[in-house]
Amino acid sequence: MPEPLLEVDDVSVSYLTDAAEVGAVDHVSLALHTGEFLGIVGESGCGKSTLLFAIAQLLSPPAAITSGRVVFRGQDLVQLTESELRHVRWRDYSVVMQSAMNALNPMKSIGAQFKDTMRAHEHVSNEAIEARSSEVLRLVGIDSAHLDSYPHQLSGGMRQRAMIAMALLFTPQLVIMDEPTSALDVVAQRSLMTQIKDLQQQFGFAVIFVTHDMSVIAHYSDRVMVMYAGQVAEIGATRSIFKQPMHPYSKGLLDAFPSVRGPRRPLIGIPGSPPDLSRPPTGCRFHPRCSEVMPKCLTIEPALYPVGDTDVRCLLFAKSLKDAV
Amino acid sequence: MRYITRRAGLFLITLWAALTVNFIIPRVMPGNEASAVLATFRGVNPSALHALEIEFGVNVHQNLIVTYFQYLANCLTGQFGLTAQRVPVLTEIISKLPWTLALVGVTTVIAFAIGTMVGVVSAWRRGGRLDGILPPLLFIVASFPVFFVGLLLLFVFAVTLNWLPLSSNYSIGAEPSLSLSFAGDVLTHALLPGFSLVVVTAGLWIYSMRNNMITTLAEDYVKMGRAKGLPSWRIMIDYAARNAILPNLTGFAMQLGYVLGGSILVEYTFSYPGLGYLFYTSTTDHDLPLMQALFLVYTLAVLICVLLADLATAGLDPRTRDA
Amino acid sequence: MSIAEISATTTLETGALRQQRGFARFLQAVLRNRKATAGTVILLLIAFAAIFPGVIARDDPLAAIYGQDLGPSAQHLLGTTQLGQDVFAQLIWGTRLTLIVTVVVSAIATVISMVIGVTAAYVGGVTDRALSLLTDIFLIIPTLPLLIVLASYLPPGSLTMIVVLTLTSWAFQARQLRSQGLSLRTRDFLAAARVRGERTSYIILFEIIPTMTSLIVASFLGLSVFVVGFAAGLQFLGLGNSTELTWGTMLYYAQQGGALEAGNAWWALAPGAAVAFMGAGFALVNYAFDEIGNPALRPVRKRRARTAA
Repeated sequence: MPEPLLEVDDVSVSYLTDAAEVGAVDHVSLALHTGEFLGIVGESGCGKSTLLFAIAQLLSPPAAITSGRVVFRGQDLVQLTESELRHVRWRDYSVVMQSAMNALNPMKSIGAQFKDTMRAHEHVSNEAIEARSSEVLRLVGIDSAHLDSYPHQLSGGMRQRAMIAMALLFTPQLVIMDEPTSALDVVAQRSLMTQIKDLQQQFGFAVIFVTHDMSVIAHYSDRVMVMYAGQVAEIGATRSIFKQPMHPYSKGLLDAFPSVRGPRRPLIGIPGSPPDLSRPPTGCRFHPRCSEVMPKCLTIEPALYPVGDTDVRCLLFAKSLKDAV
Repeated sequence: MRYITRRAGLFLITLWAALTVNFIIPRVMPGNEASAVLATFRGVNPSALHALEIEFGVNVHQNLIVTYFQYLANCLTGQFGLTAQRVPVLTEIISKLPWTLALVGVTTVIAFAIGTMVGVVSAWRRGGRLDGILPPLLFIVASFPVFFVGLLLLFVFAVTLNWLPLSSNYSIGAEPSLSLSFAGDVLTHALLPGFSLVVVTAGLWIYSMRNNMITTLAEDYVKMGRAKGLPSWRIMIDYAARNAILPNLTGFAMQLGYVLGGSILVEYTFSYPGLGYLFYTSTTDHDLPLMQALFLVYTLAVLICVLLADLATAGLDPRTRDA
Repeated sequence: MSIAEISATTTLETGALRQQRGFARFLQAVLRNRKATAGTVILLLIAFAAIFPGVIARDDPLAAIYGQDLGPSAQHLLGTTQLGQDVFAQLIWGTRLTLIVTVVVSAIATVISMVIGVTAAYVGGVTDRALSLLTDIFLIIPTLPLLIVLASYLPPGSLTMIVVLTLTSWAFQARQLRSQGLSLRTRDFLAAARVRGERTSYIILFEIIPTMTSLIVASFLGLSVFVVGFAAGLQFLGLGNSTELTWGTMLYYAQQGGALEAGNAWWALAPGAAVAFMGAGFALVNYAFDEIGNPALRPVRKRRARTAA
């Protein structure tokens, strides 16, 4: 097995506020290989976006990485200084954010924003910059005349695609995406996802895709990571998780999407609400809402247990009492 | 284009409101201040007297509406009547205007430059030890009454140290000329009043600019700038400062009224013979024609600056261009 | 929206419990915040001087019986005026009227700006545009020049001060209060009130305004900072009633009496410093209020229960 492109090793992120220290991400590990598409799924507040920004080294105070390493192409990004990071940023990995209206500078034209990115990393002529800018826009199906347009002059879908084009300026090896389809309608969503997948196949970059909506990545991701309350609840091949989810939470998430073709059945939701991360529940964090809760779930914190080709954080799958202690 | 039309509309409406206020006040205020003042005008230029009568509603035996429009016409042609010294109001204002224009103009530019730079940088470098003390300190200094700062400076530099002159805009007996020595004289006289204005104005601007900048720094596009690996200074200026200043330019211009008020007090404190000092003497002389004309001048000054700010915004902010 | 999303938005809180926690947290926040404490101390000192001036300053402030233009000494902490009055006594006794004018003006102006701002936000449409235009006009017209013109026509005195200052100050915060009102307009509790059939005026007075308490208090404090300066400025220029004793009139007499040239600096500087002091007190509490009041502590409304879907 070749070296992973990205290795997130036991990373924790906390928000240090006056009132309390809130652990948004709790000892998360994952490995990503070249060209792999990983989806991270979870409800609001589960820490998925925080994890994403931690990986991309884009956290700002009061959030900070409190433990762990983020090893990208052999380098621990956490240890790098801001100026060292600058060499890696955008060339080797880039970021696509949720709302292009907010992520693009309203005062600069699209072309100008492409230009300052390229200028920041290389000394290239204006012609080269324009050529490359037109090229990436073409990749996402936008006419190069829009290089002179301002963000507010483009439609929502176009803006989002422009952001993706910008992310591909240096054809990085990893593109991190934070819910890029959330602001779009289902038709535009589908179109954007297909485009992303096409580009991925064309250029071979790895993708980490964060979303709260499992159905969006169902057909596109290689692996899926389900997060709950700052922890990894389940992680494995997409097919396996969708066909047979192990963790009661994953089951609940999938049960909320009945199949179009299957038999009619009543919708089952997950009762309760996500926990307050400044005072998480004892034992398994999901126990207050779990339909299969056992007495030991209140006291023992489950680790990730391998089940087939997935890992599950649930005591139901602890092989022996030894594992569960 | 619609944006400019809207702002020009506001300009005209506010100007009209100020002119109307000037017309209404003498007529609704209790007592008969106006007629008392005008009664003292005897044997003067008849057209000037007539303009005053129209403005103040004394000896006018015609329809109010007609009077109102005559008054507006007078204002637009600069007929504001005579001062208590029987000098045409307009002449008096024009003679003193350059001194105030110079003082306020220069100090505002300096204060804006300082305010912007310090505000932007202090917001950019948050979290230092200074961060807890500087903002409230600035807020307090910004809220110091400007005459207090002026008196304090006078006390320290003019009275105690005797480094700078106590009052006026140039030394008594000096002949106004374009010579270097006269210029130097003017400068030393303008230093303390200027400094007082700069301290208070800059304080206010640093505070607002810093707040705007902090809000802007939380925006996603600033984070994107960082994600793209742009150098720090470029993010600070191109992605943050620009977005913090430009949309707020009009707001800054509107604070000019406060600065002008401060300049009146400063001129009084330093006996600096500009429009502000003129304003003061018009109150002691009970010179209503001059006072009301000065009110219009100051209002017009703010309006012009606000309109200029609007034009700048329209030119520089791509979003308003299409609005 | 997935079921997971729906479950994530359920909250169940009872009103009373929230309010209790709110007030205790507020008190804690004030004591923990040094700026708030400093500002409160300053304002309390000033209030004390206003209510019990005789306790602090024994001399009759208006009695011109001492030596003239004396410097500070043990008998006269801040020296004497040109007429031989004790400056310290004047300063302390002048606190009352200065404070009264400031507080009354700020209170009335805040109420006016609140009513106008919220009405504009809630009613919307033509009313909104008309009121916003009115606010903009008053904001652009420079305050001191207008104050000077108005005050020149009216008899000098504190009542004139109050009227004139209120007229020029209400616009100051109206815009902010309007924005807050706008953001509240779409909230559920207002829709509930509308469905119950409440009148617009009821909704404005009893639903919206209580929710905006912290902003209203912050507006009052912020306004006070500038009102005290404008009031003193007007009196400094001689437009106040020179027979009344305030810090502003003290400054007027000091300037007229050539205090600085005569070497009697304290007579001129003390009232100015006092104005700055009061301004600083309000400013500190206001600044701390901004820090505390948002977003860590929102004003608590009486009824608040959103049940699970």
